[in-house]
Amino acid sequence: MPAPDLRGAALTELAAGTAAGKWSARDLVETYLERIAQLDKKLGCFLLVDGEGARKTADAIDKRLAAGENVGPLAGVPVGLKDIFVTRGLETTAGSKILKGFIPPYESTASARLAAAGAIRLGKLNMDEFAMGSSNENSAYYPVHNPWNLDRVPGGSSGGSAAAVAASLCAGALGTDTGGSIRQPASFCGIVGIKPTYGRVSRYGVIAFASSLDHPGPFGRTVEDAAALLEVIAGHDPMDSTSIPRPVGRYRAACTAGITGMRIGVPKEYFQAGMDSEVENAVNLALAELGRAGASIVPVSLPHTQYAIATYYLICTAEASSNLARYDGIRFGHRTASAASLEELYAKTRGEGFGAEPKRRIMLGTYVLRAGYYEAYYGKALRARRLIADDFTAAFAQCDVLVTPTSPIPAFKLGERAQDPLQMYLADIYTVAPPLAGVPALSQCCGFTAAGLPIGLQSIGPPLGEEAVFRVAGAYQGRTDWHTRLPRDPS
Amino acid sequence: MSREHYQAVIGLEVHVQLATRTKIFSSSAAAFGGEPNQYTDPTCLGLPGALPVLNREAVDAAVRLGLACGSRIRSRCRFARKHYFYPDLPKGFQISQYDEPLCEGGRVSFRLHGKPHQVRLTRIHMEDDAGKNVHDPSGVSFVDFNRAGVPLCEIVSEPDLRSAEEAAEYVRAIRTLVRYLGISDGNMEEGSLRCDANVSLRRSEASELGTKTELKNINSFKHVRDAIEHEITRQALLLDRGEVITQETRLWDPDRGVSAAMRSKEQAHDYRYFPEPDLPPVAVDEAWQEQARNALPELPEARYARYTDMGLPAQDTAVLVAERAIGDYFDQARAVAPEAKKKIANWLINEVLARVEDTRQLMDPAIPVPPAALAELVVLVEQGTLSGKMGKEVFARMWQERRSAADIVATEAVAVLSDRPALEQACARALAASPDEVARYRAGNLKLLGFFVGKVMKETGGKADPRVVNEILGKLLG
Repeated sequence: MPAPDLRGAALTELAAGTAAGKWSARDLVETYLERIAQLDKKLGCFLLVDGEGARKTADAIDKRLAAGENVGPLAGVPVGLKDIFVTRGLETTAGSKILKGFIPPYESTASARLAAAGAIRLGKLNMDEFAMGSSNENSAYYPVHNPWNLDRVPGGSSGGSAAAVAASLCAGALGTDTGGSIRQPASFCGIVGIKPTYGRVSRYGVIAFASSLDHPGPFGRTVEDAAALLEVIAGHDPMDSTSIPRPVGRYRAACTAGITGMRIGVPKEYFQAGMDSEVENAVNLALAELGRAGASIVPVSLPHTQYAIATYYLICTAEASSNLARYDGIRFGHRTASAASLEELYAKTRGEGFGAEPKRRIMLGTYVLRAGYYEAYYGKALRARRLIADDFTAAFAQCDVLVTPTSPIPAFKLGERAQDPLQMYLADIYTVAPPLAGVPALSQCCGFTAAGLPIGLQSIGPPLGEEAVFRVAGAYQGRTDWHTRLPRDPS
Repeated sequence: MSREHYQAVIGLEVHVQLATRTKIFSSSAAAFGGEPNQYTDPTCLGLPGALPVLNREAVDAAVRLGLACGSRIRSRCRFARKHYFYPDLPKGFQISQYDEPLCEGGRVSFRLHGKPHQVRLTRIHMEDDAGKNVHDPSGVSFVDFNRAGVPLCEIVSEPDLRSAEEAAEYVRAIRTLVRYLGISDGNMEEGSLRCDANVSLRRSEASELGTKTELKNINSFKHVRDAIEHEITRQALLLDRGEVITQETRLWDPDRGVSAAMRSKEQAHDYRYFPEPDLPPVAVDEAWQEQARNALPELPEARYARYTDMGLPAQDTAVLVAERAIGDYFDQARAVAPEAKKKIANWLINEVLARVEDTRQLMDPAIPVPPAALAELVVLVEQGTLSGKMGKEVFARMWQERRSAADIVATEAVAVLSDRPALEQACARALAASPDEVARYRAGNLKLLGFFVGKVMKETGGKADPRVVNEILGKLLG
């Protein structure tokens, strides 16, 4: 049975079609693998394609479906996993040379839940090394090219995931968001990505960058796709002590629930000078659309926004310096070829294995945690974090969902910012605050620049307010057609 | 010797390995003796993506330890990461406690040469153990992570100890306590009890503390005494020469009987502590503490006082209190025959203890002579139905055959020979056989009575009732 034209196919459509017997899981897998073989050379989305594994899984699913079994809500749907999710028996590198050849003996909870729902893993997706970056140029392997314009970055750190979904190389994907690493690439690639509430999706098996800031989450072509993926991966996990024990919401249903009477907060700090004018226009038009859909617009303020980047970089580097201490060449991963002492073994292994950005952040983080300086840096950042979170709490007393741009700029050129790490950090301005507060935030396409680059609209909800976020995003998507636009296949 | 001018000031950090079923942050068995790396999982190996999940049994054990020491249990405590690089530390940090430990304050009591001592505790906190490096003679080093993640309680004392001897007794007291609580084997040789010592000296009349050194690699009670003694002497000599004590960590070498400074790189270690983000704060509410408090057994101190009040001699009390099962056995036996408590203690110490390898066997239902059975035997001896010697023989048979004393006595007529005419004859025969001794006795050497008693006992195979024999001989000798 032939598979549909997969370009632009929504995950929910594919799942329904497979369940209805319109096509086989094997057909879907073959079609995607073919597209990957043809197009990914130009894009660089995948670090590892597991064709054999995908075919085997597809065949097994087809057999069960033929026997009348209920294989799960995502039966037959091919997905990609950011290479930060450990996959049992399949190499996992976190985009780094220090984990080249690392074959995990266990599976992450999020990817296991996808598989249990019938989804088929096509392979591991490219990313900035250890999730540190906003352009996927920090991958130790090769950069990713934005499907909308091959000279441009896809965003990061989940650049491979966003680009793969945008280019229809998989029906959906998982990524992680620590300072914006799902939302910003979703914005640059014109698709939907959501960073859920902290603890909503288990971090067990997610290679840690910053423990209190890492949020695993889904990418989809449409809001419903992202909702469907989130319903499958969300929920309490006893293996993750920070996992929330509350029931998973009905996210897909929320997408069509409408927003009549909802109050949309617009924080003034997110609309200041330096914003690209095309981005500003697109977001303002989006707000008008939301108004027409029945919501009221409320101006609000998040006064501590200006401290968010400093707070973020103090906390994430401190935690990263700690989480990356385990890469010492002793038990797994890269080990230097020869060393005259233990110190040399450590220094050479880590010197050879880590790229420049992880080294930079490890050094910053080590500095931040120095004895005698805890209060001045990390301790201070924790207190600032509390104030930033309080800003959101206060804002949500006046509105139901906040709407802002996802990024002040559209996708920049490869190489443009790579030489200036600080410039790169500053691009995170609209995305770093929600992870600090642990609140859910989604990005969806709300237009294109004259040059044809996607622009992202961010919806932020209160803790465990994913449903409110999906309502707003769904209402906006329902009244627009940005989500139906597709990049040309690279030739 | 110069040492008299100085006062030794000693504080100890004792690590207690908890005998929980599984590790502190993961579900691998906290077991020993398996193949290397048999008891491991992603979390205790520090694999990428792994996360810790707190073991409640470990917290409960630590709470009981804190309560037993009279510490204040924090209703909310936190774990913290303590960073350093070493092959046996898989994550590159230990999960320990820093600012908010589970227990604060408290004390440990012990007796030395009959005198009671009390050492104040600073704190008790929980942490995970590291793996073990194994250095092969070929020059290759191996790491076994079976031990990585086993729960530890670290007991930090105030510098209240004043001698190596006191220090050893303090550690012994902790060992006894953790065994009473059933939370650890407290075995230094096996590593379930470890100790680092901080030693400094000051002039006897001084109030400020001197520079302290840290001693490591102390693996037995003997090491505790030897290493600290050595350090006190070493520091005293340096101070006498007007030299300064360097704050450093020194490793004890038991084979050579000296300590050596570790390479200076280890000195100013910055552990870069910060709160463990993967674990929420631990809540130990009043209800939990209450339950743990109620579940505490009678502790060594209290038991010592109770046995002393009972009139038991100090020597015996010390043995009865040494292990919980010994006192438990004693109390159960005593309940059957309270008046015979002193004798019961003797029999327990001399006969029962000699026959068990592990004191925990004492309260095991499978023990050949349970407490009530021992009490019954002791009563028979006290009543005179059995002589002491016969009592021992009966005990041996009770132990071997798992029978009660009454049963053995009834079926085997091992009772004392109290038949008066038979005894009179035996006495008469004994005296007739030793006329010289009889004469000497009558001349005033009254001590010879024992000689005659001995002869009668020998002739009757030990079965004669010694009191009756004494009485009869007394009459016959006039």
